[in-house]
Amino acid sequence: MGNHSDGSPNHSGTVATAGQNEVEKFQDPGIPPHRLRLADTDPKAAKRAERQVALLFGISVVGTLIFLVAYFAIDLGPGDSTIDTIRIQNMLLGLGTAFAMLGIGTGIVHWAKALMPDHEVSEERHAIRYEEDRQAAVRIVDDIVEETGIKRRPLIRNTLLGAVALAPLPAVAIFGDLGPRPDNKLAHTMWAPQDGQLKRLARDPDGTPIKASDVTIGSAFHVIPEGLNELHEGKLNEKAKAVVLLMRLDPASLNPSAGREDWGYNGIVAYSKICTHVGCPVALYEQQTHHLLCPCHQSTFDLTQECKVIFGPASRPLPQLPIAVDDEGYLVATSDFKEPVGPSYWERDMHERSINS
Amino acid sequence: MSAASTAEPAFVAKTKTGRFTDFVDARVGGSGILREFGRKVFPDHWSFMFGEVALYSFVILLLSGTFLTFFFDPSMAETHYDGSYVPLKGVEMSVAYNSSLDISFDVRGGLFMRQVHHWAALLFVASIAVHMLRVFFTGAFRKPREMNWVVGGVLLILAMAAGFTGYSLPDDLLSGNGLRIIDGVIKSIPVIGTYISFFLFGGEFPGTAIIGRLYMLHILLVPALILLMIVLHLFMVVVHKHTQYPGPGRNDNNVVGYPLGPVYAAKAGGFFFIVFGVLALMAGFFTINPIWNYGPYDPSPVSAGTQPDWYIGFVDGALRLMPGTLGNWQVEQDWFGFVFSFNVLLPALVPAGILFTVMFMYPWIERWITKDDREHHVLDRPRNAPTRTAIGMAGFVWYCVMWAAAGSDLIATHFGVSLNDVTYWLRALFFIGPIIAFIVTKRVALALQRKDREIALHGRETGRIVRLPHGEFIEVHAPLDEYKRYKLVGFESPEVLPAVPNEHGVVTSKEKRRAFLSKWFFEDRVAPATPAELEAAHGHGHAAVEAPEEAKSLSH
Repeated sequence: MGNHSDGSPNHSGTVATAGQNEVEKFQDPGIPPHRLRLADTDPKAAKRAERQVALLFGISVVGTLIFLVAYFAIDLGPGDSTIDTIRIQNMLLGLGTAFAMLGIGTGIVHWAKALMPDHEVSEERHAIRYEEDRQAAVRIVDDIVEETGIKRRPLIRNTLLGAVALAPLPAVAIFGDLGPRPDNKLAHTMWAPQDGQLKRLARDPDGTPIKASDVTIGSAFHVIPEGLNELHEGKLNEKAKAVVLLMRLDPASLNPSAGREDWGYNGIVAYSKICTHVGCPVALYEQQTHHLLCPCHQSTFDLTQECKVIFGPASRPLPQLPIAVDDEGYLVATSDFKEPVGPSYWERDMHERSINS
Repeated sequence: MSAASTAEPAFVAKTKTGRFTDFVDARVGGSGILREFGRKVFPDHWSFMFGEVALYSFVILLLSGTFLTFFFDPSMAETHYDGSYVPLKGVEMSVAYNSSLDISFDVRGGLFMRQVHHWAALLFVASIAVHMLRVFFTGAFRKPREMNWVVGGVLLILAMAAGFTGYSLPDDLLSGNGLRIIDGVIKSIPVIGTYISFFLFGGEFPGTAIIGRLYMLHILLVPALILLMIVLHLFMVVVHKHTQYPGPGRNDNNVVGYPLGPVYAAKAGGFFFIVFGVLALMAGFFTINPIWNYGPYDPSPVSAGTQPDWYIGFVDGALRLMPGTLGNWQVEQDWFGFVFSFNVLLPALVPAGILFTVMFMYPWIERWITKDDREHHVLDRPRNAPTRTAIGMAGFVWYCVMWAAAGSDLIATHFGVSLNDVTYWLRALFFIGPIIAFIVTKRVALALQRKDREIALHGRETGRIVRLPHGEFIEVHAPLDEYKRYKLVGFESPEVLPAVPNEHGVVTSKEKRRAFLSKWFFEDRVAPATPAELEAAHGHGHAAVEAPEEAKSLSH
């Protein structure tokens, strides 16, 4: 350990010799002498500290009273509880509890620090184990293993291992009914035409259908499928897949790829609102730049490039919903999405192929 | 056991409490325990209180949480709000959200208890994290405490699990989007991801099962595990006795501090009330998680500037930092007809995986490198273990970069800078931040060690300038007393351990790696000042002025 190192690696260890090691270290001078506090020497100071502690405990009593008054005097009866009364009550309850607790806490700590003996004492540490115990314990374990005879009877050992390895399987299997099998539920949404009837695009959340003529250039609509609000079961499940953003751009700025030319109408296009990253709603539309932004992780999609990802952690473009206009002028979805919406999952590719086959 | 034995006159306790204790002792035989613990010595230092804060926050969580369970209903059935918060009247929502609103607005003190509970949860995780940093930087994880370090790490994970399961319970818009993100992350798991998602949610997201299931985990399973781990943790603290900071009179064979009764017990017990009081102040004055502003969960809307609770932030930030496309190349890959969502999988699993793996393994890594099998009860001052401190800071900075990334949008709006630029910078810092932190920390630690040497050998600066007869001006240095000096020189400075051959005379490649790491750890070292050096410094006549060679080059 000891040497004349000066901090530079070149010198370290070159000077030290065995004999020097003994004197090379500073000797531990021991616990510093105890210094008396004011309260130890001056009875007046001690009396003062005593009164301070009592005062702090007294403050705690006041705090408890504040709490009780705030609890019983402020009534949250019907019609009476505006957000302001609740706020005031909450504040007073907090203040009361804080005084009650801090009074006791600071009082005790002050008491301990100012009046209780503050001599530091030294205590020997004990060994965590003793050699004698250890040897006895090892012998006991050896004896136990020996008496079971497990080493001499491998048949018993192996069958036991096999049984124990398999026994937990039912415990795993019994959780099989936690949920249904996924099958291809994630591949379909409510937009699929029902009984040959194309689904109209409706406003989120009130569910009124949208006419193509309502959609002016630059505007954006949050859209749900018609009939979603009337669902009794699984409404949120369907909504979590079916929500769509509807926007109208100058048709010239859209660049539909081959096969997608008729998926929009007059510059009106509809894209899934569920981010392809981890599924947050892509709720922000920047009208000027035609960008869609997900507020959760900032994935940015470019509407003019079929919602290709231009920034952020998403990898895939937002799925487009093919839309058209029915005879009454309402926007309708001509089919379901041509790919699964939302975050990617293991079987997604498979599902996409089966949708398009 | 009992004091009241037969022949001799019975030993009678003087105080009422003493007689009561005697009564209990005669029936359960606790005097052995009391004798062991009553005056057990605890070292005292402000940095030892973080673990206490964690323990007390947990107690407060149990108290406030029990209150909340009396009113909370974890059902996802649909209902229409008819409570006293006017803006949401008639709105369709789940029973869980409805009962959370009732707790906030129609149960007297309910809002206060909700806020105490939430603040205590944030403080619980925070104090565990800070406690672990303290343990790491002071080397308190070394033998014999490696296992307790692991238990502490498990507690950190459990605390985060408890926090997350509780965060989702009110079924509000914000926490619902959090669950949505969890669902997306789970679905990215290869092979079984979709199944796990369906099993967790009882079908498609969001389903009607998740709140009830999280509730059960939150109020039963996770707290029970936390309690178990706390018992283990404290049991080991008792077995090992507390560590102590280095200083005069303290060594690996003793423990210096205050006896448990009365001083230490009073301070620690009083501290519980202080923690409670501070949490009550926060709950009274600072709104946390105003669920009534968010509205019920609905998969369509989302508010900008969404943020998870702080302890989940680093995972969320990692998700944000990962680019999903590199140029035109998709990070998400379709291989063999299946989807590998690397853009989600990597950030969700890898950084947290690395952090926790290194954290759990670190005591054994350092033990392997130093070949140090001794018990350590005296802590290291962080500066006296420069490489360890630098590793810790590198990890800490890495964590903080990811954590900051979870607020990238808020950073951008707050400072009026481009969101994309913030992300690019943070992506760069993700890689170079830890490296810079390592280098800077190591240099700072070494510099502080040199400063300690300097002060130990030449005393502290007094600010008093004296002009010598021949015209030279010097500053007078006051020598340290031996207690203060011992604090600065009483540490170990391990040296590089070169590779040694094993019993077959072969230097294994593993041993070579160990030697390489040992060099990396200890090649830069500042040895503690020795009495001979002190002697030499004084021998210079006006020792206070003229420093030996090395010190001159350092700071004069």
